[in-house]
Amino acid sequence: MNLNQLTIKQALNKLASKEISAVDLTKACIDQIKKYNGEINAFITVDEKGALEQAEKADIERKNGNSAPLLGIPIALKDVFLTKGLKTTAASKVLENYIPQYDGTVVAKLKDAGAVILGKTNLDAWAHGSSGENSDFGITRNPYSKEYVPGGSSSGSAASLAASMCLASTGTDTGGSIRLPASFTNVVGLKPTYGRVSRYGIIAMASSLDSIGHFAKTAEDSALLLNVTAGSDPLDATTPDKTVPNYSKIENGVKGLKIGVPKEYFTMGIDKEIKEKTKTAIKKLEELDAEIVEISLPNTEYSVAVYYIIMSSEVSSNLARYDGIRFGSARQNFGEEAKRRIMLGTFTLSAGYYDAYYKKAMQVRTLIKQDFDKAFEKVDAIISPVSPTAPWKIGEKVSDPLKMYLSDIFTVTANLAGIPALSVPAGLTSDKLPVGIQILGPQFSEEKLFQIGHAYEQSTQFYKETPNL
Amino acid sequence: MKIDVKHIAKLANLTISPEEEPKLEKQLEEILSYFDKLKEVDTSGIEETSQVTGLENVTREDAIRDCTISQKEAISGSKSTHNGLFKVKAVLENS
Amino acid sequence: MKPIIGLEVHVELKTKSKMFCGCSADYFGKEPNTHTCPVCLGLPGALPVPNKTAIDWCIKIGLALNCEIADFSKFDRKNYFYPDLAKGYQISQYDKPFCENGEVILSNNKRIMIRRVHMEEDTGKLIHEGDSSLIDFNRSGVPLVEIVTEPDFENATEVKEYLQKLQQIVRYLEVSNADMEKGDMRLEPNISLSPDGNLPKYKVEVKNINSFSFVEKAINFEIKRQGEILDKGGTPAQETRGWDEKSQSTKSQRLKEEANDYRYFPEPDIPPLNFKEVYIEAIKAEMPELPDAKLARFQKDFGLSYYDAEILTRNVKLADYFEEAIGLEKATAKQIANAIINKKINIEEILPAKLIEMIQEEAKVEEVSSGDLSKIVSEVLSENEKAVKEYKAGKEPALQFLIGQTMKKIEKKIDLNLVKGAILKALEITTP
Repeated sequence: MNLNQLTIKQALNKLASKEISAVDLTKACIDQIKKYNGEINAFITVDEKGALEQAEKADIERKNGNSAPLLGIPIALKDVFLTKGLKTTAASKVLENYIPQYDGTVVAKLKDAGAVILGKTNLDAWAHGSSGENSDFGITRNPYSKEYVPGGSSSGSAASLAASMCLASTGTDTGGSIRLPASFTNVVGLKPTYGRVSRYGIIAMASSLDSIGHFAKTAEDSALLLNVTAGSDPLDATTPDKTVPNYSKIENGVKGLKIGVPKEYFTMGIDKEIKEKTKTAIKKLEELDAEIVEISLPNTEYSVAVYYIIMSSEVSSNLARYDGIRFGSARQNFGEEAKRRIMLGTFTLSAGYYDAYYKKAMQVRTLIKQDFDKAFEKVDAIISPVSPTAPWKIGEKVSDPLKMYLSDIFTVTANLAGIPALSVPAGLTSDKLPVGIQILGPQFSEEKLFQIGHAYEQSTQFYKETPNL
Repeated sequence: MKIDVKHIAKLANLTISPEEEPKLEKQLEEILSYFDKLKEVDTSGIEETSQVTGLENVTREDAIRDCTISQKEAISGSKSTHNGLFKVKAVLENS
Repeated sequence: MKPIIGLEVHVELKTKSKMFCGCSADYFGKEPNTHTCPVCLGLPGALPVPNKTAIDWCIKIGLALNCEIADFSKFDRKNYFYPDLAKGYQISQYDKPFCENGEVILSNNKRIMIRRVHMEEDTGKLIHEGDSSLIDFNRSGVPLVEIVTEPDFENATEVKEYLQKLQQIVRYLEVSNADMEKGDMRLEPNISLSPDGNLPKYKVEVKNINSFSFVEKAINFEIKRQGEILDKGGTPAQETRGWDEKSQSTKSQRLKEEANDYRYFPEPDIPPLNFKEVYIEAIKAEMPELPDAKLARFQKDFGLSYYDAEILTRNVKLADYFEEAIGLEKATAKQIANAIINKKINIEEILPAKLIEMIQEEAKVEEVSSGDLSKIVSEVLSENEKAVKEYKAGKEPALQFLIGQTMKKIEKKIDLNLVKGAILKALEITTP
């Protein structure tokens, strides 16, 4: 096994035992990037020099007895995480040359934890998209089959990890932007509870929905990262002052846990193979002695409409600061999708339409949230597919935005309710394309999600699958 | 639902080319009619959820924090500056 | 034609830091763009966290204006594009302002209703130079309180009195310097004329005036201008105008009224606010005595005239000075008031105790024996027979003349009443 294919846990052990150095590890990742990024296009910016310097420093620190939790671990950041002095583009021409004046809170925390920043990963511009095709810096390809989309919007973060160009990567999830690409690339994607991780210094998409998470190869690695990134931030007023448990202390097994299966999810337009994969996963959990309970989330069918109204409205306001005066370039450089969302949101907030769209959506959002509240009175967690389809071919849905939007049906509900969700690999389809399932829990139940995810992945071992690059 | 693309573009400070306009109009109207689905839902008396944290009264003490950046940093991203100020084409309130 | 006038006033608070970030709010006269951070410069990814003191102070202003304080409130985004607006939206308040339904009572007992008092943030500053505009964001994000009245004013004089009262109140509360020169108070009257007292269909707003006298002039100009249009059978345009001091007139600012669709929605980055009873009570407990109450108390407790009390309560420092002097219990309220008002005492230099000394010095009387006094009086009376005659003929001022002459002769500072008594007594004796 190459160094760049290690999990964080494995790498930390080898670093601690001096079997390898952070420089070795970083070089292995950079070599992999050099070899395959041309084709995959996972990175917009690779900071080779900076990464090697950080790795050297990490090695010295380790010698000096520093044992920061991610010391010397090479990671990649979605290019909406502001990095002081390192170009941050949101994959949009508008920010093509923007060099941030500050580090976001999560970036600062990761640096403090000793992580080595390899570079910035590609995405659907402004995180608008489900496929990774909507980047001003080129399409990101799925490492498992390059004719297919890797899922979006955190396409580069997912693809870079799946292609072992890094040991972990960060992402943002506003309506599924972590879980969808995680499931399409066979990695573990965490969308934490809204407010669990600070949004400060991350380019905002929809402020009331944006959740800051990450990609890792295993649930254990994901927990390790959350230990670093979670916590209340005085610079983000929406981060509750809740203690951060040691997420790495993952309980074994799922015996006795009640896991809900929403009946509505299987009656909506969903691919046969996805349905089967999900049923297999449910069966697996049952075998592990979890109690499977049918639940109802009756307002799910409205979630895409609610999501697109709230998201577009907030997007239209959040993208207003990009006027080319203080930084970036003029608004005519926004791409088609950003323009579409800005226009849509401007309309839904405009005089005479606010009540019919924005207000109505906020009310139905309440009902969707109540669906989950009721469900969690009965169950500890919910299991569901991530996407109604397997990864699709590049170009297949680009001309039909509404069709693209509908692929978010199973993911947007978690953002509307502010609950955490963990996407874990559920195996490959007959076309050898990865799909995932997601585990959802009540707000601040990440520990339980790791517990279930860990038990599931240990018994299935799907995460060990690697793409044939 | 009809949408006045020109008017909305003006509010949004976007330039939509005459070629883009009909396509955008069609797409937006299609999406808006999808939103009509929500009309089915009875929301009378339902509270609006604009935030999900349940937090209230989150404030900071009135103290100067070490967040201020230098003039040089402040204008570093701008293509058009003059003596430490950002420069734009004249916006005259009073002619 | 009855003028119908309402007023919007923006008051800049003097908090240490800005409204939503930790930058210093003390920006006046500083080098451009040296008081900014990711938040107030609207950099990508930056988030606002509200300043507690600014919120407390906004509520104080609301309470001082007799408003009801909302138990539930929130911030909203007001979306519009302007180069001095860093984020493309201003964080303000829409349907749930902190304070509503207040009132101010003018000296003519007229009640001016306060529609709302809300909290928002200031914008950057635009400097126009040739064919470009330059932007300084130092002011961006400084806390602003907006105070909106109902259209209850009938003339510029009422508006001016209200403004003076408002300025006095925020200074009493010590929440703003309310320094007009520095733009701490920005005034926007809206004026229309009504033939029947009902609200007409149009309204002219005059934007961003930074002086009370300009507001007066602008209102009077508008009343005249609109009156002329209406007299000719026209209707004044609904528009925004600006006061031009050079031409002493208002000028239309935006001929084409931009579609003002601010697309307000609840600010998702800031959790809502819930003002509990105990919180409001605590704020109330911190409130100083306000100008109206102090004015009433000065009249009642110290027996001062409205005129004296009004002058003494114009600012807290002067009022405190007066009360400190009273507290020394060595002079009467009237003596102290007279000394302060008539002598235009510099209260920064002369301590209250020193003032009392001066009053006493002034009032000090020297002893004079009654024998000496009556001797001098009889001398004066015989030397001034004409005045004596006049007095006896009923000319009161002659008495003052005789008193004056006597005082001169005595060459001592003695009690006037004593002199007066002695003269009257002597005159009685000489009366046949």
